[in-house]
Amino acid sequence: MRAPSNTGPEVAVGDVLLSVENVSLSFGGVNAVSDVSFDIRKGEIRAIIGPNGAGKTSMLNVINGFYHPQAGRITFKGRTRSGMKPYEAAHGGIARTFQNVALFRGMTVLDNIMAGRTLKMHQNFFWQLLRFGPAMTEEVEHRHRVEEIIEFLKIQEIRRTPVGRLPYGLQKRVELGRALAMEPELLLLDEPMAGMNLEEKEDMSRFVLDVNDHYGTTIALIEHDMGVVMDLSDRVVVLDHGIKIADGTPDEIKKNQAVIDAYLGVAH
Amino acid sequence: MAQTAAASADTFPKLLVRNANIYGARPAMRHKDYGIWQTWTWSETLEVVRAYAAGLQRAGLKRGETIAIVGGNRPKLYWSVMAAQMLGAIPVPVYADAVADELSFVIAHADVRFAAVEDQEQVDKIISVLDRLPKLELMFYDERRGLRDYDHSNLRAMDDVIAEGRKALAEDPSLGARLDAEIAAGKGADPSIILYTSGTTGKSKGVVLTGERSIAAATDTVTFDKLTVDDVALAYLPLAWVGDHYLNYAQGLVSGFCMACPENPETAMTDLREIGPSFYFAPPRTLEVLLTRVMIRMEDASVLKRKLFHYFIGVARKYGERILNGGPVPLAGRLQYWLGNILVYGPLKNVLGFSRVRVAYTAGEAVGPDLFAFYRSIGLNLKQLYGQTEAFLYLTAQPDGEIYSDTVGRACPNVDIRIADNGEVQFKSPGMFAGYFKDNEKTAEALTADGYVKTGDAGFFDDKTGHLKIIDRSKDVGKLNDGTLFPPKYIENKLKFFPNIREAVAYGDQRDFVAVMLNIDLTAVGSWAERHNVVYGSYQELAGHPLVYDMIEKHVADVNHSLAEDKKTAGTQIKRFLVLHKELDADDGELTRTQKVRRSFIADRYETLIKALYDGSQEADISTEVTFEDGRKGVISARVKIRDMTTEPVAGSLEKAA
Repeated sequence: MRAPSNTGPEVAVGDVLLSVENVSLSFGGVNAVSDVSFDIRKGEIRAIIGPNGAGKTSMLNVINGFYHPQAGRITFKGRTRSGMKPYEAAHGGIARTFQNVALFRGMTVLDNIMAGRTLKMHQNFFWQLLRFGPAMTEEVEHRHRVEEIIEFLKIQEIRRTPVGRLPYGLQKRVELGRALAMEPELLLLDEPMAGMNLEEKEDMSRFVLDVNDHYGTTIALIEHDMGVVMDLSDRVVVLDHGIKIADGTPDEIKKNQAVIDAYLGVAH
Repeated sequence: MAQTAAASADTFPKLLVRNANIYGARPAMRHKDYGIWQTWTWSETLEVVRAYAAGLQRAGLKRGETIAIVGGNRPKLYWSVMAAQMLGAIPVPVYADAVADELSFVIAHADVRFAAVEDQEQVDKIISVLDRLPKLELMFYDERRGLRDYDHSNLRAMDDVIAEGRKALAEDPSLGARLDAEIAAGKGADPSIILYTSGTTGKSKGVVLTGERSIAAATDTVTFDKLTVDDVALAYLPLAWVGDHYLNYAQGLVSGFCMACPENPETAMTDLREIGPSFYFAPPRTLEVLLTRVMIRMEDASVLKRKLFHYFIGVARKYGERILNGGPVPLAGRLQYWLGNILVYGPLKNVLGFSRVRVAYTAGEAVGPDLFAFYRSIGLNLKQLYGQTEAFLYLTAQPDGEIYSDTVGRACPNVDIRIADNGEVQFKSPGMFAGYFKDNEKTAEALTADGYVKTGDAGFFDDKTGHLKIIDRSKDVGKLNDGTLFPPKYIENKLKFFPNIREAVAYGDQRDFVAVMLNIDLTAVGSWAERHNVVYGSYQELAGHPLVYDMIEKHVADVNHSLAEDKKTAGTQIKRFLVLHKELDADDGELTRTQKVRRSFIADRYETLIKALYDGSQEADISTEVTFEDGRKGVISARVKIRDMTTEPVAGSLEKAA
């Protein structure tokens, strides 16, 4: 059921956008991820689930280059590598949100999302400082994109509010906005619905689906709420103690005995 | 000059053409999009509406047919109204937050074939009841988002319809002439719009209004308030409500002023400040919310600011209204007020977006005297008006300089008001409705033999001022078992003047005493709880908190005190009260879409609670079904406590006893 591996730079719909092959990562004697392989296809919503400490966030950190695996290969858009710097990942089109909101709390929503455009700014620092001529033209262009995102996420009323004053659920939405501002090809969401109430979760799910539908962004998400995972994702990979124990559609995962054991525990 | 020109145009499309001719380059409409205010001039508006009308005509919309308009205050929905009227079709606006049942009732009742809707949410709502709407053929949507994968056999984007119409107009020159002929063919006596009433009592009725009457009424009030092409209004109230259609749409077209649409409902406050309207309307509820918000923020302000605020508000209370009314004020008072205006009132009005307001109205419900006085004292020319959908809004309004918090003003120009023998207010007015849609029986019921419209409200003309005073819905006024007259609204309004009490429902008709059910105001009580270290996890928990009950008890005691001051009302003091575990909500049918209490419905729904109020028990269990906005249902159950009140002796009888 795996799509044929793609080596060229051109990526068609449904083709593999990113593949992880035999990746292992350990911190001292602790094996965070051992020999994990899976792929993410273009345009899909891919969930990574597993009990606490299963290595999900480590996996995400490997994908966006924050951690460098001791073994294994990662192929993104046809380019294979064993490790890269986070900024290379960002340039390459990978954006992410964090499990604990990581925004600039003193800055407004607008400025936070604008910060996500940094990579797309081409004028040098001094022009930007002057906010004049080409730098102004560029800023207006970026502001337009940011306003589109603000409308998309329905956060117009908090545009000028410092992020620190916002409730948690909205901060999460702003963080998603900042990631979207990078116009990523692959969006990594680390527990986007953690700590949210039912209504906020429903809103967030709607936004994740809309991002996928509207921008065609490929999404990999870690989530604990099984209802959300089963509803949102096209395919699910399950980790337990750093080992991949299952991979398949939500329906297959629901019936998988290894997954049930991992979540509910096994009688010995 | 505008007025004479308006008199010759007897339909809104004709007015639109006139405005494009004489005010061509002036702004007609603004809408904030992508964070920037976009403006359409009158000639641009005419161009878009013509293209839209041509598109709708190609889609099959014909003269005399109805088209539903569902959504918020967005330019394209107003253009839908204009384009439909241009073709002689009749727009039927529906409240954007109506649940699927209400929506399907109106759409089915109005025989709607086409619907212009805002977004995916409304499309989903209509699709969910499509089996009840066999006549509905086509929906036009404004916002594309999320609708890409929908089955487009009965769905079209408004942008596409407009683009098609524009193309057709460019390709076929005769089409423009035919469109002009359609505009000319529109007669003032034709139905211009059908507005469904909010239905305080039972199912809503479709009020048919004609073009010439609507324009006549709007022309009168535009003259009355001296509205001109230079004025600006913010259209933030429900599109389907007569107030929005009248104040913004009709008055805008008659006077040529600019109507601004907020970015979305949540940003209305900020947009208000940015636009700085010169004409403003707010229901008392909105004014209350604003004041509560100001007061809460002042509680959190620094000591100096707080002292400054309270001192100058005191000054304003003393002199502000007199200055506004042009009364005599000592020089020292004027100086203090002048200083206060620089330090407090000016900045406050600026924050609220009232800096440029020349005329402001409130209506819909009785406004608290304190609330009313507050806004007037800081220099906002706030006035009251009284009207109803059947009159196309205005019946009475307060002229500048004759402002009283307990009256609704004099009859508007050309409005004929009389008080019937039973105390009911009856009227004949320029904007009078043509009848209820498909309901001759109800129409006949609403009219007297000599052609006056019955309002269903009891009122009288004040001898001193000559202004009209409204007492209550005449059929709500009841009697206690001992024969005391019981006007529920009067008591409820007294209660609602406390910021902590959001809603009140009083019972007493054919009972031994008066008992009330209350809703706390989450913003005000929540802020109070924060300051008093009251911990709560939900609305229900806060509402049932003993300290909250204590606080509310004090408010009720205050109301009893004020009721006892007058012999006529002393008998209606509140003996028992309870605080409801959930907010009364229009989605559950407890309020109308214009936020009025549906008394009899609530009586049925909370029967067990009312029984408990009168049988002496100290608490009662209740479980109620609630409807979420998407139509799903859930159940809330709670144990609600009941408090007894001591009533005060009547002021008069005490003397007698002594």
